Amino acid sequence: MTTIASPASPYMPTRGRFARALSRNGAGYMFLLPWFIGFFGLTAGPALVSLYLSFTNFDLLTAPRWIGAANYVRIATADPRFVASIQVTFFYVLFSVPLKLAFALLVAMALNRGMKGLPWYRAIFYLPSLLGTSVAIAVLWRQLFAGNGLVNSFLANFGIEGPSWISNPDYSLYTLVVLSVWQFGSPMIIFLAGLRQIPQDMYEAASLDGASKWRQFWKITLPLLTPVVFFNAVVQTIEAFKAFTPAFIISGGTGGPINSTLFYTLYLYQEAFGFFRMGYASALAWILLVIVALFTAFSFLTARYWVHYDD
Amino acid sequence: MTDIAVTDDVRPNETVGLEKRRAWVSVVLHVLLIGASILMLYPLLWMLSASFRPEEEIFSATSLIPSSVSLDAYPRGWFGLRVDFGTFFWNSFVISILSVIGNVLACSLAAFAFARLKFWGRNFWFAIMLGTLMLPYHVTLIPQYVLFLNLGWVGTMLPLVVPKFLAADAFFIFLMVQFFRGIPRELDEAAMMDGCSAWRIYWRIMLPLSLPVLATAAIFTFIWTWDDFFGPLIYLTDMRTYTVQLGLRSFVDSTGLSDWSGLFAMSMLSLVPVFFFFLFFQRLLIEGIATTGIKR
Repeated sequence: MTTIASPASPYMPTRGRFARALSRNGAGYMFLLPWFIGFFGLTAGPALVSLYLSFTNFDLLTAPRWIGAANYVRIATADPRFVASIQVTFFYVLFSVPLKLAFALLVAMALNRGMKGLPWYRAIFYLPSLLGTSVAIAVLWRQLFAGNGLVNSFLANFGIEGPSWISNPDYSLYTLVVLSVWQFGSPMIIFLAGLRQIPQDMYEAASLDGASKWRQFWKITLPLLTPVVFFNAVVQTIEAFKAFTPAFIISGGTGGPINSTLFYTLYLYQEAFGFFRMGYASALAWILLVIVALFTAFSFLTARYWVHYDD
Repeated sequence: MTDIAVTDDVRPNETVGLEKRRAWVSVVLHVLLIGASILMLYPLLWMLSASFRPEEEIFSATSLIPSSVSLDAYPRGWFGLRVDFGTFFWNSFVISILSVIGNVLACSLAAFAFARLKFWGRNFWFAIMLGTLMLPYHVTLIPQYVLFLNLGWVGTMLPLVVPKFLAADAFFIFLMVQFFRGIPRELDEAAMMDGCSAWRIYWRIMLPLSLPVLATAAIFTFIWTWDDFFGPLIYLTDMRTYTVQLGLRSFVDSTGLSDWSGLFAMSMLSLVPVFFFFLFFQRLLIEGIATTGIKR
């Protein structure tokens, strides 16, 4: 037990070839055991199974029946709700992510002037982001933007009669965009951390050279912050693709009115657990994976042209 | 630290002008930020006040001060469904605490292996682990459901808790690996020389030195599990097993939105645990986000 371990076998005395291999690798694999079970049993295995299921007809009750690419063909050619959900989701991603990041950056820059009360402001702006996806917040949103909700009561003070935001298909999705932008807190904190890394003397040198604040922003702040912008954009976009709870609560699980809040994940949920079309829903899941993977690959490929790494 | 350095060639009167301008900018900024803070918090404060106000005022009042304060909505909401909210809170609490224990244990074990142990294929598995971070959970959703259905677990909390004991939330492994790598290697090398086993190094040296990251992981696990809606929606079928989030959703459905103040009262209560962590562990939360980019 107290043999001094050789460097190759740090934690156990060496004996035969098998024992040596075991002692060299055993501890690592023992520590990884729970993760291995989870990885094979809950991630890799199920992912492969769902790829198989996506080529079948499966309703949970009878065995899956192989139907080739029929699910994918139907999704691509004859599924108006798929088209609607893609439109809604892309619209949501394209509006909410840039707006959220713009707010996050704007507020982070305002807070980064070393002003008094920073911890207070930071905490207040972060709170909505933390409460985030809970049902309580979605419930609140449903009231705020109802026909006779708080927003319209407020507008009525100015003699404006607002529409019923939630139940009007022209506006319902915007209420979800506003909800997402309201939660700009965590990207703001990441921006703040990024801004701290920018050496102060760069600004001093620039202002001695007569560069305006505006120019300093475009020539110093933004380029040096691009790695953080990149990170935030990727994370928030993936999160936006996966958004579910607010749309579910605000539309009562329907994605309505007239599919205007039919997020992709909500559609997938309806197909799987509303109609028990498990094969079809698996195909939808794999399409989501491909979309997210393509987006991520695209981001990383274009990153070299606009993300500034100084090493 | 961010004061503009006054260099020698700036004459005193210019410095005074600069100071004055800075003071003005600062006042304007504070006014804007306070305005933004009020706008950010208004919906939350309004919901709090709505839970105390008479029902008929909810759809007319924009102010935060109720005309009369009444606590009626709280018991009415609490007992508003055929199962009371006490049960929902208890269920949420049990699921969240078990998830915290599972996540911290399983993820720290895996993270210790990745950060400190040498074994064949380590970099390969580490890359695979990072890859799973990108995987949308929808891809594994249906086979997992079928698996848990065959195990007879659907309708119990097991599908929500057991994956946490198998380190299914790989993000926290990554978080902990980053932290473990920052702990000086001399410590465990010395312990190894003294004949300490890997297990003892993990348990006696790494974990005690990693309390900040363990706490961060624990708090985020608790909040995310508490807030989770999708998992319970799929796996919990009997109202007696519902979590708070599902209870709120049933409340919306069953009252047909006729009891807003009861709904708001329960909504406020459902935010209390998260708010508690926000108040007392804000530093850990914010540092956790700032250093690792946690998404929420």
